[in-house]
Amino acid sequence: MNTPVKEDRTAGDRLTRYPKHIREDWFGRVYVYLCVALMVVTIFSIVWFIASKGLNPFVSGAIGIPDLLLGHVWKPEGEPPLFGALPFLAGSASVSFIAAAIAAPFGFCAAVFMTQIAPKLGRTVLQPAIELLAGIPSVVYGFVGLSVIVPFLRDNFPGQGFGILAGAIVLSIMILPTVTSIATDALSTLPAGLREGSFALGATRWQTIYRLILPTTLPSLLTGIVLGISRAFGEALAVQMVIGNAPHVPRSLLESAATLTSIITLEMGNTVGGSLHNNVLWSLALILLLMTFLFVFIVRMLERRAKR
Amino acid sequence: MGEKAFFTKDLSVYYGEKQAIKKISMDFPSREVIALIGPSGCGKSTFLRSLNRMNDVIPGARVEGQIWIDGRDINDPATDVVLLRQKIGMVWQKPNPFHKSIYENIAFGPRYHGIRDKKKLDEIVESSLRKTALWDEVKDRLHRSALALSGGQQQRLCIARSVAVQPSILLMDEPASALDPVSTAKVEELIAELKREYCIVIVTHNMYQAARVSDKTAFFLMGDLVEYDTTQKIFTNPSHRSTDDYISGRFG
Repeated sequence: MNTPVKEDRTAGDRLTRYPKHIREDWFGRVYVYLCVALMVVTIFSIVWFIASKGLNPFVSGAIGIPDLLLGHVWKPEGEPPLFGALPFLAGSASVSFIAAAIAAPFGFCAAVFMTQIAPKLGRTVLQPAIELLAGIPSVVYGFVGLSVIVPFLRDNFPGQGFGILAGAIVLSIMILPTVTSIATDALSTLPAGLREGSFALGATRWQTIYRLILPTTLPSLLTGIVLGISRAFGEALAVQMVIGNAPHVPRSLLESAATLTSIITLEMGNTVGGSLHNNVLWSLALILLLMTFLFVFIVRMLERRAKR
Repeated sequence: MGEKAFFTKDLSVYYGEKQAIKKISMDFPSREVIALIGPSGCGKSTFLRSLNRMNDVIPGARVEGQIWIDGRDINDPATDVVLLRQKIGMVWQKPNPFHKSIYENIAFGPRYHGIRDKKKLDEIVESSLRKTALWDEVKDRLHRSALALSGGQQQRLCIARSVAVQPSILLMDEPASALDPVSTAKVEELIAELKREYCIVIVTHNMYQAARVSDKTAFFLMGDLVEYDTTQKIFTNPSHRSTDDYISGRFG
């Protein structure tokens, strides 16, 4: 008979002020809150750090915000130094949007194929292949772009091969996994009855796909594209290797250009911390950060629409 | 009994090696409701799905035998599935309205079949909704999302959607089993109303429902058609022991 012993112990536990389960609960709670607090502090300090550095040139009155955003000329060593970031804004925007425009149709088609047409082949071959694409380091993409795409463009089009188009092609392959996997998720979570409902009305598979499935999943597909653009906007290394890095607003897709990210990586090492040039680079970083916020905001809006 | 809407001859369905439906021959008179009853897994839903070739989309499913409608065997590979499905509408257990407006849900099928004229579509939408007694409930919000309707309304919308392509046969796979009693009653009323124009084949697990709505009843067991007769006869004086057992709830 061990019942009395058991009773003794629970009685003893009841007498302690903090029995074991209360202490465990408390410990777990503290641990979770600490982690969250640390994360929030980290995020906010990064934002604060970038903002304080990036706003410095404007606060100190060295240059105005319009000078940076609308200026055409980037001459940090000039007399007086000119910091016009319009070429980089234009470069970043054009490579990202063109990359998304190239990747979107491929991504959709791959997703439609994997979910609607050949689910088995899609799951066993295509999906792993596309996931693999996501795991390739960006320097490898840049290298491939440099040794395949740039020479190809040089041989077939006017110009040196380096430029917006080369950057956009490399980026489109890099963001393909993002676009595809989000589109695949959206398509595979469609209620099963929808397809059958459409078939039963006499629709063919293609009619069902483009008249019913694509419109129904459109908000999610757009989410994928925006995330893709966001990734393309932030990519530095691969773009820098193929874009040519010429700080002027490009007039054609085959001309050399530069992006916000590529100019930061190129010039960061050549500047002294605290100098105007260095701080203006932080301003560019701030612009990148704000763009990211914007993309996150758009994605949120789209998700809310998708839920309805 | 009126003319035949369609009939099957030695219809078998296989899922891989397993024979789900065993050589079933059945006549379906037009303008009557035929209930298919039987325990779960007896093949009645499979049978229903094969009638408008919905089994085509299931990997590994194979159909043998014939289904004759209007002097054509629909299992003939030359049959245009699109036209066939226009003739045979289908409604599922779970309402599956498209993520579109009420209007677009109804206009969807007619558009597939080439009707572009706005006025004509308006007419079709109104008459389909009237036929399903939904018009008065939704006429003020035709362009709102169909997903905002109640479950029962959604199901009637799905029936209206099938009706909109002017079929002659309606297949219903447990159309009321996901609905509350009031909505169920409405769907049953609707079935009674629709049978003036269509041949309706309904799969149901609810004996009372089969007795209430159908003119003829078929009892399926393990892929076999055990008994097929007037609902009256099946429910009062079945010729087979197993039919009697099932109806009186001794198994299944």
